[in-house]
Amino acid sequence: MTKISVTVNGTAQTHEVEPRQLLVYYLREKLGLTGTHIGCDTSSCGACTVHMDGMAVKSCSILAVQADGCEITTIEGLAKGDQLHPVQEGFKECHGLQCGFCTPGMIMSATDLLQNNPDPTEEDIRHALEGNICRCTGYHNIVRSIQWAAEKMKTSARALDGAPVSTSPVYASVNLNQQQQV
Amino acid sequence: MVTKQIGKPQNRVDGRDKVTGRARYAAEFSATDLAYGVVVSSAIAKGKIKEMDTSEALRVEGVLDIFTSENRPKLASYDSSFQDEDAPPGSPFRPLFNRDILFNMQPIALVVAETYELARYAASLVKVEYETEEHVTNFEAERTNAYEPEEYKSTPPPDPWGKPETALKEAEHRISEVYSHPSQHHNPMEMHASTAIWEGDGRITVYDKIQGVLNSQEYIMGVFGLAKEDVRVLSPFVGGAFGSGLRPQYQLFMAVMATLELKRSVRVVLTRPQMFSFGHRPKTVQQLSLGASADGTLEAVVHHAFAETSRFEDYSEDVIIWPGVLYKCENVKLSHKLVGLDVYTPLDMRAPGGTTGIFALECAIDELSYKVGMDPVEFRLKNYSVKDQNVNKPFSSKELQECYRQGAELFGWKNRNPQPRSMREGHNLIGWGVANGAWEATQKPSGAKAVLTKEGKLTVSSATADIGTGTYTIMSQIAAECMGLPIENVEFKLGDSSLPQSPLEGGSWTASTVGSAVKLVCEKLGEKLLELAQESDDSPFKEVSIEEVEFTDGQMRLKEDTSVAIPLTQLLKENQKDSVQVEAESKPADEQENYSPYSHSVVFVEVNVDEDLGTIKVTRVVSAVAGGRILNPKTAWSQILGGVVWGIGMALEEYSVMDHQYGRFINHDLAEYHVPVNADVHDVEVIFVDEEDQIVNPLGVKGLGEIGIVSVAPAIANAVYHATGKRVRDLPITLDKVM
Repeated sequence: MTKISVTVNGTAQTHEVEPRQLLVYYLREKLGLTGTHIGCDTSSCGACTVHMDGMAVKSCSILAVQADGCEITTIEGLAKGDQLHPVQEGFKECHGLQCGFCTPGMIMSATDLLQNNPDPTEEDIRHALEGNICRCTGYHNIVRSIQWAAEKMKTSARALDGAPVSTSPVYASVNLNQQQQV
Repeated sequence: MVTKQIGKPQNRVDGRDKVTGRARYAAEFSATDLAYGVVVSSAIAKGKIKEMDTSEALRVEGVLDIFTSENRPKLASYDSSFQDEDAPPGSPFRPLFNRDILFNMQPIALVVAETYELARYAASLVKVEYETEEHVTNFEAERTNAYEPEEYKSTPPPDPWGKPETALKEAEHRISEVYSHPSQHHNPMEMHASTAIWEGDGRITVYDKIQGVLNSQEYIMGVFGLAKEDVRVLSPFVGGAFGSGLRPQYQLFMAVMATLELKRSVRVVLTRPQMFSFGHRPKTVQQLSLGASADGTLEAVVHHAFAETSRFEDYSEDVIIWPGVLYKCENVKLSHKLVGLDVYTPLDMRAPGGTTGIFALECAIDELSYKVGMDPVEFRLKNYSVKDQNVNKPFSSKELQECYRQGAELFGWKNRNPQPRSMREGHNLIGWGVANGAWEATQKPSGAKAVLTKEGKLTVSSATADIGTGTYTIMSQIAAECMGLPIENVEFKLGDSSLPQSPLEGGSWTASTVGSAVKLVCEKLGEKLLELAQESDDSPFKEVSIEEVEFTDGQMRLKEDTSVAIPLTQLLKENQKDSVQVEAESKPADEQENYSPYSHSVVFVEVNVDEDLGTIKVTRVVSAVAGGRILNPKTAWSQILGGVVWGIGMALEEYSVMDHQYGRFINHDLAEYHVPVNADVHDVEVIFVDEEDQIVNPLGVKGLGEIGIVSVAPAIANAVYHATGKRVRDLPITLDKVM
């Protein structure tokens, strides 16, 4: 057993872990943070994506001991209390999910994308999420959810800067376009 | 207060739980005494276990036990105890029953340990010696032994009608081709898992990945001889299934067996490679011969299907019924034979038989339209069917012509030059293809319960499932609308074997089946509330019938005079009731017997094929669907979109590759088994045409889980022909086949 100290969703954790334990099992079994899912064990599907020191990583391909001294954020740590992160809100509003199993990983990858590229094109989004598989939705609504979130985050940033905020935010039209088709 | 709910693009009621990680799937329930089971899989496809040495594995500290065919507890021995709600005719696989190996990766042992890591490590130490027998997994080699099963799981092939052979011989235009697709695996994102919680005194609670908790409960009762009250099965969230969760899978058996033996809770989760060790879409080869007259009338259809099954069960699906559903033809002959292989029994996978049969039929129809020299849409409309010829009954509704009209217009079909290789952009050949399809719109019997509290909260429940389709949401909408309550006041419960009976979630029948039960139970609740109001002599509702009242804005009121109203909360309080509860069981109406109910679709596709590299991109899809009443445009749109993307996977990517030397699927992970990813999906438009159907069920809904996929693969294959001039009749259409 090896002793590790990690900060998970803002809380310091110290545990003895088996050196062969994967980070995802540490999060799920030791800490009970089951929102991080396992879909393949081979880093292909992205269901287990979390943030390690601010960067999206696949927790099925990292040993818990490698996370020693790191700061981890999981899907459970993304919202601020009852206030969902804009990406979470986007997935909820734009129907970016069906069964929900890939959703936490998708959201963690998407938030990483938006940190680095606040204004991604549709193609940017599709390529950034190439390591996250969804078997239900057909992906369109996932892209829309992230566009919705990007727009919302820009609007909030403008509001914080004191700049005038558009009264008809673009993200609303993303949603409306979808409705017109049905 | 908005009470109009049906038809509203309501957000998912489970959305918040799913974006915050609070939705818990089968492997995410725990107990303080939880142990972890890891399955050891067979390395051969056929033979016997000669010897299994578990001694080294057992010496690992923390290993609790290892279960094999030698030390397993006593189990039921009759086939009937292992037969579940979705079992095909035959003798079901019985895990750890004896030393016989029936298929590669068969579960042969369960290692249970204090931690997952220990169990996984110990499993690697189990040594197995086999007596190998020669296996047969080569479909082509075994096809000469194809047989007609004594009993079909699917509709048995209808008797021929007309004079198919003569008509084919005399037809002005003929095609006769072979179409095929390989085995494919469902690969839902969640791997199959069961967590069995030991409750003491021989009682267990099981969290299972299943498309119907009652199926798992019955299976456990039958196999382990437990009483109903000692087994509760729960499945509140299912991480996709697509048919893979219709039958209880072996992880359930393993978790329950270990729990009962060790008297402590056990979780068993399959690995992704083990997800290739049970049911799959069967490899199918179809011979189709079609004949048409000079004016494009379809004169003859001869359709023979050969499909894979296991050696122990006769799995069959509705592959050959589609000519009789989709086209008017006077001379038809159909047959369906099975090819037994040393594999696990195939299993219904999204639109089983439909995707298969419609792929072959719709490619063949396209080929014939070219022979006749007619536009593929025009040819299909000329041979449009108004009745289901398999059973000689009219359709309950069929707005397929409207799908053609709206779909063709949105796609711009009229601008198509029929000549193959006539459209290009740089080194990309562009092709436009079309196909139509259908899927059954069934209603089954189902129960439901409704409880209204004095606080005005309504809970409706049924033992159905939500595999991602949106059951929670649409059932809440139906209940909210029926009782005139805001959706926030309604909770729908499912995935619990203690709830009223409901069939498996599959076959696109859940909206129709459970929706009808929810509507009925709410109507009964309404009647009960009226009776309650009538208990008081001075009630303004005293002399009125249920037809004269309506439920809206949280009130019961008179339709004629809406000022005569009582809030439901007040009604319960005045009558000193904490709650009112009713149960109901809905059944399909007898009238349905006289009709054939189907949903229909037309899919238009544009592909770009790189002439130098052979890479294929589906750049544009228009899917026009006649699916009855749409309960929720958001969930509906998403279902069809998901179906379209499954169709892209089927057409271009999905292929479980059998290594005949070992009799094993070798690409058994998500790196090698390709499913569509984000960058594979481009412009997809979905149209729902108006379709009213008063026969199909009381709600007029048809279900959308499967109609979205059926027409996609043939439309892509036809578009690839239009782009390249090559007919690829063997899926998936990979670049080597178009080069």
